Amino acid sequence: MSVLTTSAAAEMQRWIRFTPAQRMARFAVFFVMAAAIAWALKTIEIIPEFLYDAPEQVVDMGTRMWPIDWAHFAPVVWPALIETLHIAAMATILGLIMGIPVGFLAARNATPFVWVNLIAKFILVATRSISTLIWALFFVAMFGPGPLAGALAIAFHSIGFIGKMFSEGVEEANKGSIEALQATGATRMQQILMGYWPQVKPTFWSVALFRWDINVRESAVLGLVGAGGIGMALNAAIDLIQWQRVALILFTIFVVVIIIEAVVTQIRKRVI
Amino acid sequence: MTSATSSTTVTRADFFAPTIGKRLAYVGVLAYVVYAAATLGLSLERVQAGLGHGARFLAGFFPPNFTETDIIPGLLESLQIAFLSSLIGTALAIPVAVLAARNMMPAAVSSAARLLIAFCRSFHPVIIAIIAVKAVGFGALAGIIALTFASIGFVGKLLAEAIEEISKKQIEAVRATGASFMSVIAFGVVPQVMNRFIGFVAYETDSNLRNSTMVGVVGAGGIGGTLFSAFQRFDYAFVAGIIICIIGLVMIGEVLQLYVKRVFR
Repeated sequence: MSVLTTSAAAEMQRWIRFTPAQRMARFAVFFVMAAAIAWALKTIEIIPEFLYDAPEQVVDMGTRMWPIDWAHFAPVVWPALIETLHIAAMATILGLIMGIPVGFLAARNATPFVWVNLIAKFILVATRSISTLIWALFFVAMFGPGPLAGALAIAFHSIGFIGKMFSEGVEEANKGSIEALQATGATRMQQILMGYWPQVKPTFWSVALFRWDINVRESAVLGLVGAGGIGMALNAAIDLIQWQRVALILFTIFVVVIIIEAVVTQIRKRVI
Repeated sequence: MTSATSSTTVTRADFFAPTIGKRLAYVGVLAYVVYAAATLGLSLERVQAGLGHGARFLAGFFPPNFTETDIIPGLLESLQIAFLSSLIGTALAIPVAVLAARNMMPAAVSSAARLLIAFCRSFHPVIIAIIAVKAVGFGALAGIIALTFASIGFVGKLLAEAIEEISKKQIEAVRATGASFMSVIAFGVVPQVMNRFIGFVAYETDSNLRNSTMVGVVGAGGIGGTLFSAFQRFDYAFVAGIIICIIGLVMIGEVLQLYVKRVFR
C-alpha cells in the first residue's frame, strides 16, 4: 500500500521539460513543416529527364569554362567591377539617408504615435519584399538602362533592412538620458539628435557596413535587367556563350566578395 | 593655477566640435559622393524625365489586377521552390557545418569546408539561377538548385559558428564515456545548438521564400516569371497585383518565422 502511494507520488512529480501548450506548439510546427514538404514534393513539376541529365550537363559546362579567359579582364571586367563598387557604395549611402528617418518613425519610443509606427513598418516590409531585380526593372523603365537605375534599385531595397535594424536599435536605447532631456524641455528633434543618436551610433556603423557588404553582392546581378555593373558583362558573356569569360567574371565576383567580407570583419573588430 | 583656469574659457560648443580627422572624413565622403554621382550619370534633366515616367507608371498600377489565373499557380510554385530548397539546403548544410567547425575538425578539413561555404555565399542566388537554367533548363528545378546553394552558404556559416561557441565540457563528458564520433555529435553537440539551428532554418526558409519570387525573372520558376512577362508587355495593373500578392506572402512568411522562433526559444 505504502509502496504504491510513493510510486504514485513519484509519478506525480516526474519532471517534464515542456508544458503541454509548448509541446503542442512544437508538434504543430513540425507537423506543418512535414506537410508543406510533402505537398511540395507531390505537386512540383520537374521534368525527370532534366533531373537525371543535370550532373552531366553541369560537368559539361565546367569543362567549357576552362581555361579561364584572363585577357578579358583589363578591357571589360575591370571597368564593370569599378562601376559595381560605385553602385554599391552610392546605394548604401542613399539607403541610409532614406532608411534612417523611416527607422526612427517605426521605433515606438522615439515616435509615440501608433499609426505612424504602423505606416513606417509597412514601408519597411514592403520595400524589403520587393526584390532588387524588380526595383531595377522599375528604375530602368524610369531612368533608362545604366548604373543610376541600379543604384536606386538597391537603395530602395535597402530601406527595409536598414530601417528595421535601426528601429530595433532605437527601441533598445536607454530611457534615462531621454527623460533627462525631456526634463530640460528639449524638443523631439533635440531628443533624437542628443539623446537617441549617440546611443544608436554603433548600430548605425554596423548596419552601414553590413549593408554595404550585402549591396556589393546584390549589385552583381543588376546587369541582367540592364541596370549596370559587372552583371552586364556576365549577361553579355552568357548570351554569347563565352563560358571562359563567364568563369572569369564569376571568379572576379568571388574574390571581390571575399576581400570585402574580410575588410568588413577587420573594421568591425577595430572600430565597433 | 587660478590664472590658468580663468584664461581658458571652455564653451559647450568646443566639446561637441568635430575633430580635424572627422572633418576630413566628411569632406572625403562628400567628394566621393559627387564623383560617384557623376560616374553614374546623374543629371537634373534625367531625374526630371524619370520622375515623369515614374508618375505614369504609378498611374498605370491602379487599379491593381488580381483576376488573372496566373498568380495562384506562380505563387504556389514559388512556395514549392522555397520549401524544397530549404529542406535540401539545410540537409546538406548540417554535415558541411560540422566539417567547418574548427573545434570539431582538424584545420585542413575545416578550411576546405569554409571555402565551400564562402563559395556558396558569395554568389547571389540569381547568378546561380542563371547558371542553373543554362545547365538544367527552364523551370522550378533551376530555382531549387540556386536556392539550395544559398541555403548551404547561410545555414552552414551560422551553424558552424554556433558549433564553435558550444561548451566543451559536455563534449568531454560524452567522450569520457568512450562514445563514438557520431554519439558525441548526437549527445554533446546537437542539444546545445538545436534551438539556434531551428531559428536559422526558419530565417532561411523566409529568405528563400523572398528569393523564390525573384529567380523566375531569369527563368528559374515561380511567380517571378509571371511578373517579368507582365512587365515586358507593359501590363502594369497586373504587375501591381502580383507585387501586392508577393508583399502579402512575404509578410505571412515573416510572421510565421517569428512564431517558430518564439516556440523554440
